[in-house]
Amino acid sequence: MTSTKSKVLWGIVTVLVLVYALFPVASILSTSFKAPSDLTNQRFLPSPGQATTGNYEQILVGDAQGLFLTALRNSIGICLIATFIAVVLATLCAYAIARLDFPGKKLVLTTALAVSIFPVISIVTPLFNLWRSIGLYDTWPGLIIPYLSLTLPISIWTLAAFFRQIPWELEQAAQVDGATTWQAFRKAIVPLAAPGVFTTAIIAFFIAWNDFVYGISLTSTEAARPVPAALAFFTGASQFEAPTGAISAAAIIVTIPVVVLVLAFQRQIVSGLTQGAVKG
Amino acid sequence: MASITLNHLVKKYGDGFPAVNDVSIDIADGEFIILVGPSGCGKSTLLRMIVGLEDITDGDLLINGTRVNDKAPRDRNLAMVFQNYALYPHLTVYENIAFPLRLAKGKHTDEEIDRLVTEAAGTLELTDHLQRKPANLSGGQRQRVAMGRAIVRQADAFLFDEPLSNLDAKLRGQMRSEISQMQRRLGVTSVYVTHDQTEAMTLGDRVAVLKKGELQQIASPRELYEQPRNLFVAGFIGSPSMNFLPATIEGNVLRTALGDLAIPADKAAKAAGKKVVLVGVRPEFFEDAKLVEESKRAHGSTFRATLSHTEWLGNEQYGYINFDPAPEVRELLNNLAREMDADELRPQVVVTLDAASRIRGGREAEIWLDTRKLHLFDPETGDNLTRDVEAGAALTEEANQERAEEIANAQGDGHSTASGFASSNTGGGAPAGASAGGSSRGGATAAGGKHTTG
Repeated sequence: MTSTKSKVLWGIVTVLVLVYALFPVASILSTSFKAPSDLTNQRFLPSPGQATTGNYEQILVGDAQGLFLTALRNSIGICLIATFIAVVLATLCAYAIARLDFPGKKLVLTTALAVSIFPVISIVTPLFNLWRSIGLYDTWPGLIIPYLSLTLPISIWTLAAFFRQIPWELEQAAQVDGATTWQAFRKAIVPLAAPGVFTTAIIAFFIAWNDFVYGISLTSTEAARPVPAALAFFTGASQFEAPTGAISAAAIIVTIPVVVLVLAFQRQIVSGLTQGAVKG
Repeated sequence: MASITLNHLVKKYGDGFPAVNDVSIDIADGEFIILVGPSGCGKSTLLRMIVGLEDITDGDLLINGTRVNDKAPRDRNLAMVFQNYALYPHLTVYENIAFPLRLAKGKHTDEEIDRLVTEAAGTLELTDHLQRKPANLSGGQRQRVAMGRAIVRQADAFLFDEPLSNLDAKLRGQMRSEISQMQRRLGVTSVYVTHDQTEAMTLGDRVAVLKKGELQQIASPRELYEQPRNLFVAGFIGSPSMNFLPATIEGNVLRTALGDLAIPADKAAKAAGKKVVLVGVRPEFFEDAKLVEESKRAHGSTFRATLSHTEWLGNEQYGYINFDPAPEVRELLNNLAREMDADELRPQVVVTLDAASRIRGGREAEIWLDTRKLHLFDPETGDNLTRDVEAGAALTEEANQERAEEIANAQGDGHSTASGFASSNTGGGAPAGASAGGSSRGGATAAGGKHTTG
């Protein structure tokens, strides 16, 4: 009895949370299929018979194509590079933090935490001036560097926590079995650390992908402007038309990589690979 | 196969605390050495120094006469079984066992690896589990995989770091006899760390007792039990442990809390000049005076005491006698208990009585004590005053000869039944390996029995 009852309860709670979390997404999705004249129909769905893919055509092959596609390319490139650098650096850093005892270990972690809680908006203006004078303004590196300041701290913290869980006895066992230090790391530790590194990479990628403040402030042209910033530059067909539909369509498109990433790596994200390494 | 020599080994940590202090042990080829002691005595550190996972602060470590202090673990060709097994969770059982072979690049062909792994799996009865991941195995099976990884390559020596401490009691007994059998069959030098007395006594050719990083005594289990060098060894080895009674000596008579005990003149002579001694008496030296045969009676002395309670165990029973020691002696006994990881030692004497004895708690009874076997200890230094060095050495020498015989027997058997590793080069595929595993198992239980009784 109680089990069915609690199942039903859990089901209700799950549905509520899903609706709460997904309603905005659904709203944007439906808006993206509305024609400009249909935007104010005061209904959730497009008016019957008026659903259109015009917004998608506009940003992918139409007028806004140049704006959107270059922005998309910028976003993907900048975020991938920033993620890659952050994960590589954070892996080395976290490995050392979890593994070695060195002076200043606490300092590294505290600094990382301090950087990550530092309000982004307060350093944008100084960065803007600095970037302009040293020529990084409106370039890919000009965004990659600030993105590192967002992604590195959280990567270091997640990875350090993850590395601490790996039984180091495995590395020692591998060394006794005849492995060099490098082989022990590669064959015993890396396979176990991989899920953690993947998870961290995805989190870091999302942080960079979702940034708006740096994106809008440190760019001025299509040379480096990422998608979240580019959305603000969309215009309607005429000055009396709001570009809401096109923005919604673009928002849906930039959500797709996130969903694809999560689906592709969900095995790694949820994997409990370390189970069974030691006495369970 | 190798001999290992520890030459005045010292391990100091950053704070200067010596975890291992000046330990010297000669381990002969094929010998099974146990390192035992209370937690924090440095036994695991010593093992890790041998395998190369801990740096050696001072002293020399020699394997087959070559100094290996500065060699990396992989260059020492030793195999180790870790307490937590340290299996690679992302690899199957097969790949776990094959891991050391695959690391030795170019040394083994794929067919060879397959043959060796199948053989090892057969011996350890893992054949059905080769394609499973460690996470899906039971504790005993994981333990076997860890052993498989050790035996699959021709290592010079096996090192065990409390390999059975995570298993339940029944499985522990079974694995213990299997390890013992395997060691004899392979004839591989082995060093085994444990805090479990039973493991120490049943497995070891020689047992090294450590306390606070210092070697107290290294000898065969029987010598440790019968001729302990000092209070610590005497109290640590044996269960229930040895009773320590403060006593003063007058001539050939010990005045103890239990009463006056006449002791043999030669023992009294060794304690001459000491005012106070600690008398070490193992529980089984006592007996219900009514049940002692007349011929034996003259070898001991009797006293009257009131037992607080008795515990009947079927084959024997334990009786408990409380006594009230002088404060300074009480302090000494408490220190001793603390060194041995025990709680405060109760001033209590445990006596083992025959199961037929009718002595019960609360009643005064006459108890006989075999005074030939008791030991006298100097309460200040802890030294055993009555230790018979020659008798002890003879016991260890005996154990040595038994070992040689057992290895010869086990390896002889191994060949005739086409078993495991002694004959691994002459071939035999999976079925042969598996059947050999089965037959050697039967041998394991038989010889295990012999071990415990012997």
